[in-house]
Amino acid sequence: MKYRAPTSIDEAVELLSAHPGAAVFAGATDLIPQIQGGRPEPSLVVDLKRIPETVRLESENGFWRVGAAIPAAALTAHAGLSAVFPGLVEGAGLIGSDQIQGRATLGGNLCNASPAADSVPPLVALGAEAIIVGPGGERSAPVSEVVIGPGATSLDRAEFITEFRIPSPSRWSSDAYQRFIPRTEMDIAVAGAAARIRVDSDGRCEEAAVVLAAVAPTVVEVSAASGILEGRLIPHDSGRDAFWDELEEAVVSCCNPIDDKRGTAEYRRKVAQVLARRTVVTAARRARETL
Amino acid sequence: MLNGDEIDFLCNDYQTLLSALRDELGMIGTKEGCGTGDCGACSVILDGQLVCSCLVFAPEVDGRRVETIEGLAEVDHLHPLQDSFLEGAAFQCGVCTPGFLMAAKALLDRNPSPTETEVRYGVAGNLCRCTGYDKIVRSILDAAARMNEPENRKEAP
Ligand SMILES: Cc1cc2nc3c(=O)[nH]c(=O)nc-3n(C[C@H](O)[C@H](O)[C@H](O)COP(=O)(O)OP(=O)(O)OC[C@H]3O[C@@H](n4cnc5c(N)ncnc54)[C@H](O)[C@@H]3O)c2cc1C
Ligand code: FES
Ligand code: FES
Repeated sequence: MKYRAPTSIDEAVELLSAHPGAAVFAGATDLIPQIQGGRPEPSLVVDLKRIPETVRLESENGFWRVGAAIPAAALTAHAGLSAVFPGLVEGAGLIGSDQIQGRATLGGNLCNASPAADSVPPLVALGAEAIIVGPGGERSAPVSEVVIGPGATSLDRAEFITEFRIPSPSRWSSDAYQRFIPRTEMDIAVAGAAARIRVDSDGRCEEAAVVLAAVAPTVVEVSAASGILEGRLIPHDSGRDAFWDELEEAVVSCCNPIDDKRGTAEYRRKVAQVLARRTVVTAARRARETL
Repeated sequence: MLNGDEIDFLCNDYQTLLSALRDELGMIGTKEGCGTGDCGACSVILDGQLVCSCLVFAPEVDGRRVETIEGLAEVDHLHPLQDSFLEGAAFQCGVCTPGFLMAAKALLDRNPSPTETEVRYGVAGNLCRCTGYDKIVRSILDAAARMNEPENRKEAP
């Protein structure tokens, strides 16, 4: 296996085109354990971290551009990003220990294509686009369309993601992410939920997105959520209002979970319902606090 | 830069930083437990950031700053964390100890007065099969308290 660290997108695309057995990487926190576990070793590993576009973090013209190869520790330490997208930073901040935080990236978390990836539900809830480069130039795709199944993405062999473009939230909008694991650290989600809520000047929900982790082969958006929550005054606790039952039903209808050592399918459905409620309440509270 | 010294070393592209340290440079203080990021025995500080050296490709550190357990003590005295670990009996077999010390150093560099909860999260990526953790947590808190005493306070580097 060879190692290369190109310093430009063109150089990286050329390397990938010339080496059919090549793989890109950023933090290697999925790549190295997978090789250790017996997956075939790539003939070449292409380190993306020395390409300036992949480590850039800035806001411009109504978008945040977040480099795909920035380690989670740098995202959680960024005050501006944490203020605007607290849910995304919560998701990124939950990936592994401090050691893993120093390396794990959003690009790797997405392209490893695990249904339990903690930063992916908030990216989808925020309507993030992945900027993808390859031999055909640059294109963009919604994050929700990058992963097509466990371990599989829609990217071409010589393509990679340089950055995520996330619409800056309109006023009175915020997000949240929570997951459930059997321990307090160092485990993979039994289920997770992200919510993005926009409220009007009275604090009523105007727009909502709810996205679930670890309850289906890929991260799934609860597409009925916005219709159910629109116009509702979302209470501080999750209360008894009838619309919560509707939301829970919508959540369950999106779940297609597996049974494994972390939990049964039935348990995952239940946990997803609870987390969906809680993140909706948290995101709505945060949105109202911006009023 | 390894523990403040500029060094050159040769390695294969597929080697990890852990393997380069131990097998090429003879720096065997950094331990291998799992090789997959789960145990923290291989923890080192790379450009100020705690990482598992088993999950870093050796060629990645070209031109970067690496700190290992071998650089923790000063020439004539131990680091306060090492003193507290000795006095607090924070190890038995010792395989996990270099990793815990580097994780604790990274934590105290960033947060000189952590709470017990912060210490527990700070070493959550490190496993110990012998001590039951409590003595390790107490020793880190003890070292932080000592380092914060006015006569011991050092200006941040
Ligand atoms: C101890 C431990 C604990 C963990 N805990 C969690 C957890 O709690 N939650 C969680 O979600 N994950 C967890 N993980 C998994 C992993 O850390 C994350 O998925 C991480 O975000 C992967 O990022 P990376 O940069 O290290 O990926 P890499 O290993 O570098 O890459 C992963 C995959 O994505 C591809 N890839 C990487 N970057 C790009 C890009 N820009 N464009 C296209 N393809 C790309 C690579 O080719 C590879 O196939 C854990 C891992 C370990 C070892
Ligand atoms: S050897 Fe690196 S984490 Fe276990
Ligand atoms: S002292 Fe033996 S593993 Fe920690």
